[in-house]
Amino acid sequence: MAKKNKPTLQIEAEKCIGCELCEAECPFDAIHVVDGVAVIDYEKCKVCRKCITVCPTDCLYLEGVEEGEEEKQPEIAVSTEAGEYSGVWVFVEQEDDQVHPVSWELLGRGRALADTLTCELAAMVLGHNVQAAATESGYYGADRAYVIDDPVLQRYRTAPCASGCITLIRKYKPEIVLVGATTLGRDLAGAIATELQTGLTADCTGLDIDQETNLLRQTRPAFGGNIMATILTREDRPQMATVRPRVMEALPRDESRSVATVAEPLGITEDQIATKITGFQPDTDLDAPNLQYAEVICSGGRGLGNPAGFKLIQELADAFGGVMGASRATVDAGWISHDHQVGQTGSTVRPRLYIACGISGAIQHLVGMQTSDIIVAINSDPNASIFNVADYGIVGDLYQVVPELIRLAKERNLKEALLGQTTSG
Amino acid sequence: MLRMVVCVKQVPDTTEVRIDPETNTLIREGVPSILNPFDAHATEAAVQLKEKYGGHITALSMGPPQAAEALKKCITFGVDQAVLLSDRAFAGSDTLATSCAVTAGLRKIAQEDGLDLVLCGKQAIDGDTAQVGPGIASRLGFPQITYAIGIDKIELDQRTIKVHRRLERGIETVQAPLPALVTCVEEMNELRYASLPNMIRAARYKPEVWTAADLDVDEESLGLHGSPTVVARIFAPPEREPGEMIPGGADDPAGAAASLLDKLLEHLAAGAGE
Ligand SMILES: Cc1cc2nc3c(=O)[nH]c(=O)nc-3n(C[C@H](O)[C@H](O)[C@H](O)COP(=O)(O)OP(=O)(O)OC[C@H]3O[C@@H](n4cnc5c(N)ncnc54)[C@H](O)[C@@H]3O)c2cc1C
Repeated sequence: MAKKNKPTLQIEAEKCIGCELCEAECPFDAIHVVDGVAVIDYEKCKVCRKCITVCPTDCLYLEGVEEGEEEKQPEIAVSTEAGEYSGVWVFVEQEDDQVHPVSWELLGRGRALADTLTCELAAMVLGHNVQAAATESGYYGADRAYVIDDPVLQRYRTAPCASGCITLIRKYKPEIVLVGATTLGRDLAGAIATELQTGLTADCTGLDIDQETNLLRQTRPAFGGNIMATILTREDRPQMATVRPRVMEALPRDESRSVATVAEPLGITEDQIATKITGFQPDTDLDAPNLQYAEVICSGGRGLGNPAGFKLIQELADAFGGVMGASRATVDAGWISHDHQVGQTGSTVRPRLYIACGISGAIQHLVGMQTSDIIVAINSDPNASIFNVADYGIVGDLYQVVPELIRLAKERNLKEALLGQTTSG
Repeated sequence: MLRMVVCVKQVPDTTEVRIDPETNTLIREGVPSILNPFDAHATEAAVQLKEKYGGHITALSMGPPQAAEALKKCITFGVDQAVLLSDRAFAGSDTLATSCAVTAGLRKIAQEDGLDLVLCGKQAIDGDTAQVGPGIASRLGFPQITYAIGIDKIELDQRTIKVHRRLERGIETVQAPLPALVTCVEEMNELRYASLPNMIRAARYKPEVWTAADLDVDEESLGLHGSPTVVARIFAPPEREPGEMIPGGADDPAGAAASLLDKLLEHLAAGAGE
């Protein structure tokens, strides 16, 4: 066989996601991410192939290499320290005796993870007078509840709550810790993970166990939501992740389940905490949509043409007994407030019925609603990507179709029909 | 006099990111880079605090050399000084390694000039993690006040700060000692137009660049090495099965609407029987 020219490093630029892993790996400073794409400096490149082994999208390759000549990727070892850690933990978020439902959803997912790993599923409950929440965590799947009950924890503050969680984690060494990606949960998780010097993956949409390594595979939208990335915390423990409300499903509440409780002291007194809560003003805006837990959502997009179009969407939502959602394009245009936004940078929703009117179906919108039970799309463009996920699609002008839908839905009392369904279902 | 540092990030303007419908990949060419919008509000908050209490503001960013543009933008707001942490050693950082490098930068600033208040945006719009702010606060041992919508007051002699926070069910007011770290949401303030002198200053401004060697930090905790999380796999999002198209939307909207309702009721009834 004739010897080819010296091999050169090449890049398939359209596959590159600009993750900078190659840049970090290159010993010769020969590859740089410029405007989101890796650029090779051929003066410096020594064709050592290090970048190729780390590239997650396989966009780097050697040209001028004969088949079969390519090297195998080295396996990356999993640490042994991990062995000390066992158990899946869920942080139970509660305020004013109310547990945030995301905690039960995480226990639902956590149950499956713990069963796969054949380890214990535990709830981490911090607050004041939280025995009821601990008992309840058993009904939703926890085997054990680690409880710190202290008046200092009456209202959530980062420092004492994080300190309590860290004490528990250091003492009992769970392998996995899951926290809701709520305002409170995000405030807490970042503080804990930094103190423990471990990995934390935000806003996971999928969590499962890698069969070979037993690592937690944390999947989340990345790089603008156009692609999904599976992230691993290989060596450090615990493996920590946050998950948004409505992404996972809670198990049915089962009062026959009991939970073993382990109580620990907080070890901090009020005078040791510098941050004081001096006031709280609850929201009085009762119209604020509760998108996350709505059973029916009717959403409008840029296809409405103008802000007044949302009146029609509100009427549609009323006729179906639902709440109003929106695409980011309409929020950015100032047609409607951000509380209504569905999608990657808005709420994740999982209603029984989602009706999208004049929404094109950009991936960032889809990731927020594609686990809805039934999706209906009304769009004038037959090629709109929203039709790829819709169970029922109507190609047409929303201003022609939606008024008819409202009229008929009222006539046939759809609201009641849906209500009946959702309570029995 | 308040010594403030605003931590900012340069991000792709996500509203401009488009997908190639043929290949279903990101079209990155021509996507402008901007100052992360939440960081713009944090910067404005610092400038307003300086107007009220007097002080000095440094904008600090970690990123490639091009990120100097985001820092110049901060200068147009009225920031006094800007520092860019830029080094190949920082590449591939996850949120833990990022907070490590930024904290090292903050420590250096604190040593040289003193530090009363760190301001951050609540999150960066490209990653949406909201983890770096709390990470920095933990490392510095500062109280962390996230999701701030307003700074009620600062008592310079008592060294306290009082902040309103936007929570899911209302607005909380907290008081903490200085130095502290505050992360800002967009309700914090309205951005103003840059003044002409600030724009001229920004155009000529060259941020100071610090490399890993300038910082008192263990290189092992930076960049790829200091990042516990790794991206193991990248794939296209799974698609839902396409469903049924109901005809007549254009010429018989009433008929199409009626047939949709029939199907919906049927579907719901079937679902309830499962
Ligand atoms: C990082 C990032 C995060 C993002 N986060 C989100 C997010 O959380 N949520 C979100 O929604 N978007 C998000 N986006 C934006 C997203 O990419 C899209 O730009 C946005 O969803 C488009 O909104 P739209 O469908 O309303 O508008 P368009 O894409 O403009 O679609 C309008 C649709 O209306 C149809 N139409 C027009 N007139 C009519 C009519 N008379 N009757 C019927 N149909 C009509 C058109 O055919 C078109 O399909 C994000 C983008 C990025 C990069």
